[in-house]
Amino acid sequence: MIIKLLLIASALGLGVLMLRERIPGDKVLWRRIGGMLGVAAAVVAVLWPILTTKIANAVGVTRGADLVFYALAMSFVYYAIATSQRIHQLEHKILTLTRELALAQRTVGDGVSAAISEAEPSAE
Amino acid sequence: MPSKQACVVVPVFNELATVERTVIDLRAHFGDVVCIDDGSVDGSGDIARAAGATVLRHAINLGQGAALQTGFDYVLRFTEAEYVVTFDADGQHRIDDAVRMLARARETGVDVVLASRFRGTTVEMPRLRGLVLRGGVWFTRLITGLHVTDTHNGLRVLSRHALSRIRLELPRMAYASELLENIVPNGLSYLEEPVTVTYTEYSRAKGQRNSNFVNILFDLAARRLRASA
Repeated sequence: MIIKLLLIASALGLGVLMLRERIPGDKVLWRRIGGMLGVAAAVVAVLWPILTTKIANAVGVTRGADLVFYALAMSFVYYAIATSQRIHQLEHKILTLTRELALAQRTVGDGVSAAISEAEPSAE
Repeated sequence: MPSKQACVVVPVFNELATVERTVIDLRAHFGDVVCIDDGSVDGSGDIARAAGATVLRHAINLGQGAALQTGFDYVLRFTEAEYVVTFDADGQHRIDDAVRMLARARETGVDVVLASRFRGTTVEMPRLRGLVLRGGVWFTRLITGLHVTDTHNGLRVLSRHALSRIRLELPRMAYASELLENIVPNGLSYLEEPVTVTYTEYSRAKGQRNSNFVNILFDLAARRLRASA
């Protein structure tokens, strides 16, 4: 049945996304469009509940509510992965900034006056 | 002052008790001592500065690997040093071992000199620590194919060429494995030198937890998965 194909493909796709450092195509624009479509779909589903059941039946799911649940589950996992990756990227940015700050604010020691500048092999 | 000297990089995180002695002893043998103050809250950075070290301060604690990488970036960007010696601030390492390892690097021309306490001497090393470390050695030999006997020793000599090829990005202490994993793929030459590692009550209390190896394994696995995807 179609729903099984869709769900397995989604799960595998999410698995692959999890391994990557950067989700390809994860642009703000697509997320906004997706969000708006989600809002529209929600409004339609509330106003015409029979529609969800019809669509569900078309892909092989008995109840409309089950289809909505599947969509929710997949959306949630995608969101969790995408957010986790954004946090990872943020941490990297913080690290880079901290390093640059440390380098910019360096205080150079008076190494010039150290006794020996060339290390000599010890007598062993 | 000769510009092509060696630079000692010392990561420092709350080592108030030992940092001053370490910097002073190092400066007696090396001209350029750089301390990376990795977000210490006990004033270690100020002590190191007063003792004459060049100090780079991380505003937040980033971990020893990140501290070393900052030191490496400093050396590459602001000095002409041909070699970097990494040295711990907690009193476990011996200055004469560092001096000898640098001399070996210079005479043999290798890119990386690693220190081995298991070929050398350990003083009062806790038994469990020894077992965990040996486990780490076995694991690292498996993963990297390197013929090494001590994989988590903070005392190393790295040539400028090696510095330019190594990038440490793993958090916590997984950087040690990361560093070794960079050697073979970049065609770096290496050798191991026996050294003495002394465990004092201070360094035992401060050191990594033995259970940290679980974190290290996770960090390494995560990075490999990302790299292969």
